Amino acid sequence: MIKKVTILGGYDKFGEKEPVRRVDIKRGEIFGVVGPTGSGKSSLIADIEQLAQRDTFSKRKILVNDKEPTYEDRTNPRKKMVAQLSQNMNFLADMTVGEFLTLHAKCRGAHKSCVEKVIKLANTLTGEPIKEGHDLTILSGGQSRALMVADVAIISDSPIVLIDEIENAGIRKHEALEVLSGHGKIVMVVTHDPILALMTDKRIVMKNGGMQKIVTTTPHEKELSEELSKIDDLLLNLRDKVRHGEIIEDIQLKGLTS
Amino acid sequence: MRMVIVAGTPGSGKTAVLVHVLKSLMRDNFTASVVKIDCLYTDDDKKFKKIGIPTLIGLSMDMCPDHYAIYNIEDMIDWARQNNSDFLIIETAGLCHRCAPYTKNCLGVCVIDATSGPNTPLKVGPFLSTADIVVVTKGDMISQAEREIFRERIFEVNPNAKIIEANGLSGQGCLELADEIVKSPEVSLESEKLRHSAPLAVCTLCVGETRVNKKYHRGILRRIDGFQTYQGE
Repeated sequence: MIKKVTILGGYDKFGEKEPVRRVDIKRGEIFGVVGPTGSGKSSLIADIEQLAQRDTFSKRKILVNDKEPTYEDRTNPRKKMVAQLSQNMNFLADMTVGEFLTLHAKCRGAHKSCVEKVIKLANTLTGEPIKEGHDLTILSGGQSRALMVADVAIISDSPIVLIDEIENAGIRKHEALEVLSGHGKIVMVVTHDPILALMTDKRIVMKNGGMQKIVTTTPHEKELSEELSKIDDLLLNLRDKVRHGEIIEDIQLKGLTS
Repeated sequence: MRMVIVAGTPGSGKTAVLVHVLKSLMRDNFTASVVKIDCLYTDDDKKFKKIGIPTLIGLSMDMCPDHYAIYNIEDMIDWARQNNSDFLIIETAGLCHRCAPYTKNCLGVCVIDATSGPNTPLKVGPFLSTADIVVVTKGDMISQAEREIFRERIFEVNPNAKIIEANGLSGQGCLELADEIVKSPEVSLESEKLRHSAPLAVCTLCVGETRVNKKYHRGILRRIDGFQTYQGE
């Protein structure tokens, strides 16, 4: 059972020691990773995915339950503790959705019946239905992303979940975050989206490749997050209307801000 | 002397990975000489020289690059000995995917690009299947699921390989490769053999035939339907 993941600080882009020297993330916690583009968010996520042992550019070290992971832990997908949803939105594999999921289920030691479940779940996250016989490479950005989310949730069902920006992909991001985080997992989500950021328990602020500080989400922010969700719903509604060729005549702003 | 032979498809990141590995070997006070084999052109020697590594370039020109590398191994070893190097590292061009340049006692390292698609490990042949170490590069460009499938495919053709996921830009994984190099055995040329035999390659094209028509071709010839024959004296 994985109860805790620890990040031991390394160096930023300029070779300076990063200000945050230690981060402990406990089971059931959701951490955000925020910061401008190029501030090192994806690198931090990559360090955790590889369970870095001072062997990456940042020289960070990752402990699991206060211990160094073994080589097997780090490399064998059947033992892998980390599921990652990366920023890359397109599949390069030249095969059908069904073949791809079957192969991946085999790699992870998951049952073949997962394939159907993944496609079903993916189709709840995206507007355009995905079929088992579709070629991976022709899927749209939204379909690819939905399939990746469902694959991470069902086939790579791991205790540590890393999510690199789900907002850019035209899928239902709140549902996606819920599907991915499950219960009793350690979740880290890279985001530029204030709503997602305020849904987390704490957020690591990145700058120049280093962990700058850790902000704990305040109770007031949690309340604000709910207000923001209403604005988001409004925007989603409008987006759907625009997509379907409707004319926007009125925006119901009333009651959005208190 | 210990010998490392590095093979891989063009652009897979062999040189970038090796530069990180060499830096790490130098930090641990080991010395290495590098030979870069290519066919027509390379300027990779500059990258090795820049970090202070004695570097020799071999251009095979009209000769098969793997045959050229093997034919010159003795000279390369002598040269590295004169440099008092602990390691001779040979980076090959490796083109037709039918040869494997590794000898029995060298450390055979195959570098392969994860973005080349999950069927690539099934296509590239003996330079992957007879390698000791398979270094997978550019994994950060694809999804975790695709990376895991790629890895599984490598084990299908080479179940005993040690796979290292590496990044030629950040240097990730290169420490691990350096450790394997340090652990590799001594090589003596007297009893050294290739791990894999080269293809049957004597044909009219080898001696300069340029005409395409079937009637001009001699040697061991294989038809598209799989029928193989010997034409000639």
